[in-house]
Amino acid sequence: MKKQFFVVGAGLLFLAAVSSFSSNASGSADPADSLLFRTPKNFPAPVYNFQGNHLTEAGFKLGRKLFYDPILSSDKSISCANCHQQFASFAQLDHPVSHGVDDCLGTRNTPTLINLAWEKEFMWDGGVNHIEISSMNALTNPCEMANNLPEIVKRLKQSESYPALFKQVFQTDEINSQLFFKAITQFIGTLVSANSKYDQVIRHENGAKFTDPELSGYALFKTNCAACHSEPLFTDQSYRNKGLDLKSDDAGRDSITHLASDHGKFRVPTLRNVEVSSPYMHDGRFNTLEEVLEHYNSGVHNAPNLDPLLKQNGHLGISLNKQQQSQLIAFLKTLTDRQFLNNDLFKEPK
Amino acid sequence: MKRIILVSVAVWLLAGDIYASAGIKADTGKVYLNFKNEVNGTPLKLNDTTAHYSNANHDHFTVSTFKYYISNITLTTTDNKEVTIPNTYYLVNAADSSSLKQELKGVPTGKYKAISFLIGVDSTRNFGGAQSGCLDPANGMFWTWNSGYIFLMLEGNSPQSAAKFHKLTFHVGGIKRQNTLRTFSQSFKKPMLITVHKPTSIGIKADAAVLFKGKNLIDFSKLSYTMGGPNAVLLADNYSDSLFTIELLK
Repeated sequence: MKKQFFVVGAGLLFLAAVSSFSSNASGSADPADSLLFRTPKNFPAPVYNFQGNHLTEAGFKLGRKLFYDPILSSDKSISCANCHQQFASFAQLDHPVSHGVDDCLGTRNTPTLINLAWEKEFMWDGGVNHIEISSMNALTNPCEMANNLPEIVKRLKQSESYPALFKQVFQTDEINSQLFFKAITQFIGTLVSANSKYDQVIRHENGAKFTDPELSGYALFKTNCAACHSEPLFTDQSYRNKGLDLKSDDAGRDSITHLASDHGKFRVPTLRNVEVSSPYMHDGRFNTLEEVLEHYNSGVHNAPNLDPLLKQNGHLGISLNKQQQSQLIAFLKTLTDRQFLNNDLFKEPK
Repeated sequence: MKRIILVSVAVWLLAGDIYASAGIKADTGKVYLNFKNEVNGTPLKLNDTTAHYSNANHDHFTVSTFKYYISNITLTTTDNKEVTIPNTYYLVNAADSSSLKQELKGVPTGKYKAISFLIGVDSTRNFGGAQSGCLDPANGMFWTWNSGYIFLMLEGNSPQSAAKFHKLTFHVGGIKRQNTLRTFSQSFKKPMLITVHKPTSIGIKADAAVLFKGKNLIDFSKLSYTMGGPNAVLLADNYSDSLFTIELLK
């Protein structure tokens, strides 16, 4: 009898072990991969793999509902989506800086929300260290959504719909800031943009081919831009002074590191969907890609900590003639992912 | 056969439960942590203008907020084994009397000669995304724009402070660049005995005045505000070894 106990018990343990292995390995190598999140073939492994935040369809939908819900702002007037618009790659079209409650204007340009699962740090100055808490700034900044976490949790608890949705996703009657952040992350973490023409060319899909100007632009890109905007994410996630001003009025990275050498340095932004996410730079000072390239061509200021790549052999900036600029722009437009920008999954639920 | 499966599942689950709650070793006891906050050896009274607290620079001050995290409690047995008690995070808030008595559960029975813990929150939780309980950012001990926990917060007023309304605002935190995470250790005067049946109590006194003396003499006319960064390190270096005094209680 004792022996039977042992054998059956061991058999159950084995079954449990096998089933947990097979659920991890379902069809793909990366544990983060699910129907809602797959690592594109031409991407490295993500930094965030939803560990401790099991990605489910219900969780994704809850995150999406929160993202589009103005209940999160102090006066219930704006949602995350007010400044993060899908058609602009979840940046804000035509707004140099963020526009919060009571018409308050922030100081920095709304960044795109794509491929966040690959980011180590967040915000223009890299002050936020984890995707799960990346929404906290906008939610609590008095010039953005101007709310506080206890109030948000209280509103969610008191709402008619959220308690049941949180219970469905997290199997608990509790709602707290941790579960709220995890739910939001199930939405923003799955905003993967990797199906531009560029991606299809690189992955040899659908017979996609660059045109001649695009191909010339790609060559120019690799020589002049790729050191910072490195493929395939089109950012090396570093902080650099690009000579926008002789002395920046925004401390930038310095405000996080307290290092004078970081004054006026900002994160290298991704160039994916750059065609649709104007205006550009940390303060949204440039409206067009032509203006951006002209800055690099002729407008770079010799700031004390100017990035060395922008001052090679004593020459300021990146010289590109008009034809080269237009070729480069033709290439940059191949980074536009229309499927992502129009994906119904990411739209406000009806 | 079915019955055998059911019974074996029950036995398996039960065993798993006991192991999970006790951390494999079944014999554990409980320690109460009784916190007392003081200034220069007298009990801290918040917003008390009659208390006349002064720092080592002879600047007068009052305290409106005094909060700190301790975490990662490790006990050393009398035969020199270090026992780290998992998931130990405590937020002590002078304004919340319920935070002054905390429980340390799951301490393996035995004799211990010393205690150590972090003043603050470890890297794993600082860089680990959304947390809950006393680490919930809703507790107001978290920086949003430069993510990380505020390890220790003292706010108040001093006539010597040059800040608006003569405020004192000392928020100490940060690990990556200007590291303010400190480990506090102290030996007990006699061994602490942990048994299954009877809880033990430890008294932990925290003296807020030590923030301003020791390695770096703080002059409120020159420093009345830290928000992480190099100046927060000055305070952390001051309180690192001397913030707490620990004694076994009967």
